[in-house]
Amino acid sequence: MKRKKYVVLVGLLSLGAVTFLGGCSTMVLFDPKGPIGEAERFVIIAAIVLMAIVVIPVFLMAFWFPRKYRASNTASTYMPKWSYSGKIDFFMWAVPFAIVTVLAILAWTSTHALDPYKPIPSARKPINIEAISLNWKWLFIYPDQNIATVNQIAFPVKVPLSFKITSDTVMTSFFIPQLGSQIYAMAGMQTRLHLLANKPGVYTGQNQQLSGRGFSDMYFQAHAVSPKEFQAWVQKIKQSPEKLDLNRYEQLAKPNVGYYPVTYFSAVKPDLFGYIMRKYDPAWGKDPGPMSRGSVSTHAKTDVSGEN
Amino acid sequence: MFGKLSLAAIPFDKPIVISAVGGAVFLALVIMGLITYYRKWTYLYKEWLTSLDHKKIGIMYIILALVMLLRGFSDAILMRSQQAVAAGGHLGFLPPDHFNQIFSAHGSIMIIFMAMPFLVGLMNIVVPQQIGARDVAFPFLNSVSLWLTAAGALLIMVSLGVGEFSKAGWSGYTPLTERAFSPGVGVDYWIWAFQIAGIGSTLTGINFLVTILKMRAPGMKPMRMPLFVWTTFFTNVLMVWAFPVLTVALALITLDRYLGMHFFTNNLGGNMMMYANLFWTWGHPEVYIVILPAFGVFSEVAATFSGKRLFGYRSLVYATAVITILSFSVWVHHFFTMGAGPNINLFFGITTMLIAIPTGVKIFNWLFTMYRGRVRLTPPIYWTLGFIVTFSIGGAAGVLMAVPPADYVLHNSLFLIAHFHTMLIPGTLFGFLAGYYYWFPKAVGFRLREDWGKRAFWCWVVGFYLAFIPLYVLGFMGMPRRMQHYVNPAWHPYLLVAALGTAVIGLGIFFLGVQLVVSIKERRALSDDTGDPWDGRTLEWLTSSPPPVYNFPKIPVVDEIDAFMGMKEKGVAYLRPEQYSDIEMPKNVPHGLIIGGLAFLGGFAIIWYIWWLAIVSALGILFTIIARSLDDDTHYLIPAAEVERIENERYRQLASVAKTRPLDEQTIPEPVLEM
Repeated sequence: MKRKKYVVLVGLLSLGAVTFLGGCSTMVLFDPKGPIGEAERFVIIAAIVLMAIVVIPVFLMAFWFPRKYRASNTASTYMPKWSYSGKIDFFMWAVPFAIVTVLAILAWTSTHALDPYKPIPSARKPINIEAISLNWKWLFIYPDQNIATVNQIAFPVKVPLSFKITSDTVMTSFFIPQLGSQIYAMAGMQTRLHLLANKPGVYTGQNQQLSGRGFSDMYFQAHAVSPKEFQAWVQKIKQSPEKLDLNRYEQLAKPNVGYYPVTYFSAVKPDLFGYIMRKYDPAWGKDPGPMSRGSVSTHAKTDVSGEN
Repeated sequence: MFGKLSLAAIPFDKPIVISAVGGAVFLALVIMGLITYYRKWTYLYKEWLTSLDHKKIGIMYIILALVMLLRGFSDAILMRSQQAVAAGGHLGFLPPDHFNQIFSAHGSIMIIFMAMPFLVGLMNIVVPQQIGARDVAFPFLNSVSLWLTAAGALLIMVSLGVGEFSKAGWSGYTPLTERAFSPGVGVDYWIWAFQIAGIGSTLTGINFLVTILKMRAPGMKPMRMPLFVWTTFFTNVLMVWAFPVLTVALALITLDRYLGMHFFTNNLGGNMMMYANLFWTWGHPEVYIVILPAFGVFSEVAATFSGKRLFGYRSLVYATAVITILSFSVWVHHFFTMGAGPNINLFFGITTMLIAIPTGVKIFNWLFTMYRGRVRLTPPIYWTLGFIVTFSIGGAAGVLMAVPPADYVLHNSLFLIAHFHTMLIPGTLFGFLAGYYYWFPKAVGFRLREDWGKRAFWCWVVGFYLAFIPLYVLGFMGMPRRMQHYVNPAWHPYLLVAALGTAVIGLGIFFLGVQLVVSIKERRALSDDTGDPWDGRTLEWLTSSPPPVYNFPKIPVVDEIDAFMGMKEKGVAYLRPEQYSDIEMPKNVPHGLIIGGLAFLGGFAIIWYIWWLAIVSALGILFTIIARSLDDDTHYLIPAAEVERIENERYRQLASVAKTRPLDEQTIPEPVLEM
């Protein structure tokens, strides 16, 4: 009968292994397409390996102890009063402590290196994109090209992307899994994100934070293309008859049902991003004054670090 | 007259909802009909609903928890089936408005109305007996807490049929929960259900803190308290510290929603980030509030069923203390992606990792308690082992997410969902189910069937891995949580497996029900006549099963950690005291029930803007409290002769057991039943 349980267990483990490995090609976090995602994959794998040092012995003990010391096995040692061992107690505290120390060092270096606000060093000038979350779609403004799109971005490979992100609705989270890091989009606040794709391809981006009825339809495609294709894409948008003025914007900002189709705008009202920010924070963009300048410890309130 | 309330609030157009409501109402009518048929209303009212006996209050809490477990699990079935079908262009059978209500209700119910009542129930039954007390410090307050919790639970149940529940998740992030984005009554149901139950929890925290500090038997120094008492002590510290933060956060949203203020709105100076901070300042300690008592259960179970002292008692106590303190310094890890600077994220990331150290220590303590023991493989030990293995996986996933860059890609994904279910299902529910089986004979007088317990366990564990390992994988595949439908076809097979897992867990829950029914049928064969069915080590096993209303005819004197085991070894456990004395116990009163009822009415009124009813209810509560305060005749006396009669009965019972089996042979473990 005992055996039956082990059979169940082994079956379970192998099923787990099959599900886990079977999905490798579609496991986007293990198939990153840029340096940020690659570094984050490394952090995940390193942390899992480190923790296995504690977890695997726990598994072994959890099977071995109750089996060896089961009540029916009267041949094993029985010490009903034995309840302390300085040696065991020391290792019990020291081993997890050592692992957490190593993890903390890993966390320290990686968190500073992978700060989403930190520009990615590159010889090439970054592509600036302003991302605005609406109910329920993403609006992207390319201020340097004076174009805008809905639910689609394109950019040349190996060129850093510099995102300024805000929301004209509830809190959402901007995330392109295969490129790395997500960051919240919040009304009246600008958050920053720096990404880079080093392989061409189409990567899905999405809202990672529940934002109401149309939340599930809030995804977009990010096209990493050659510089030439990027220029062609910009030109294609420049041909679009649609222009994004305030009227068109207010119409766009209205809630939609189902996935909002990709839309191109050949021109954008100047400083539309600032206009959206000032809907909620009228002082935005003006000199924040001595009070807020020194005291803002989070990035999100006003953008202190990543102006470029 | 009726505020916003009209017949339109009842969702006649939604067949799924209406059939659920119909089912619930039908079931309630059947139960009420049966009570009427057997003429049990007076008994129910006099002996249970108005009872101040901590053991009965505990049982009522656990009944509430089990009922709400069924409701929360029905939500889980709906969620898993929706995601199993809503793939690649299909929209499934639940529209977003309904789906969002379901996951919001699932989280709210499982945390506030399943885990909390379950733990408070166990605490009620066990803690006074473990510390050698006759009741809690404030028996009346205890009744108020119970009925406030029940009022909150009833509000959530009512939201199913009258109006709607919140669609903004159990954590109710602003500004989505503001009036501008959630104009309906759903968020108000969420606010008031939480608020009313939360006040009940704060009161429970105060009550048990005082009970443990002031009512221990003579000689029970802190370092002699059973581990379950220690862990519930720290849980109550956390409840008293953390729940007021929730109360304030909810009060501020209430002001925003009802009076148009701007604490957390998008504009006019509102700050949504403040809400996230406040919510998780309560929310993270809340995780430990529900987990620590389960740690206590595992400690008791591991020692008892290994026939051995708990390994590293002091280590376990200190580990619990460290967790308690640290639990207040990790809340930002719930939103590393909000745009805080690297040093802020690092501070909270590293404190989160630090919490893993005392938690790891506990795991090793339980394992080494089994080492060199005589482990009886009973269902509680099964739950403990299932917990140790599963919880280690969940803990590792949690530490992984404590590294901010890992969280940047895993946050709000199904990986997160898998992680916290791998913490809370083994870390809370497995613990409570172990405690349920372990203390069941103490509470009601007969054991539960072991074989059905093991069947339930295997279904739970197998179902759990089937349901949640795919979610870990889906997290790596980039799937966000809370999706009503999705286009990525690669996610679909994993969600099918997860749905299958839910079905297997459902079988586990069904087996728990079968276990209960079969055990009640066979209660004579399973009866516990000794009061000590498992060869227990702590004072609750000294009393009969179920104990008399006063628990101990004479308060025991404690001189070591495993007090009852020590008494048994010295042969003094069942000594007859020279004489009995009168015992004073609190009288049953209806005020707690009335306050709970009025809190429900008031909550319902304020949700629907029925102002007169809200005011009447509030005044009614005030009046009830005053009436109770003016009542000086709150206790009754059990005369010494009556105590002697009850105790003589108990000794006769013990003697009759001893005739069939000598007392010292009862400690020999029964042969382990195989599945």
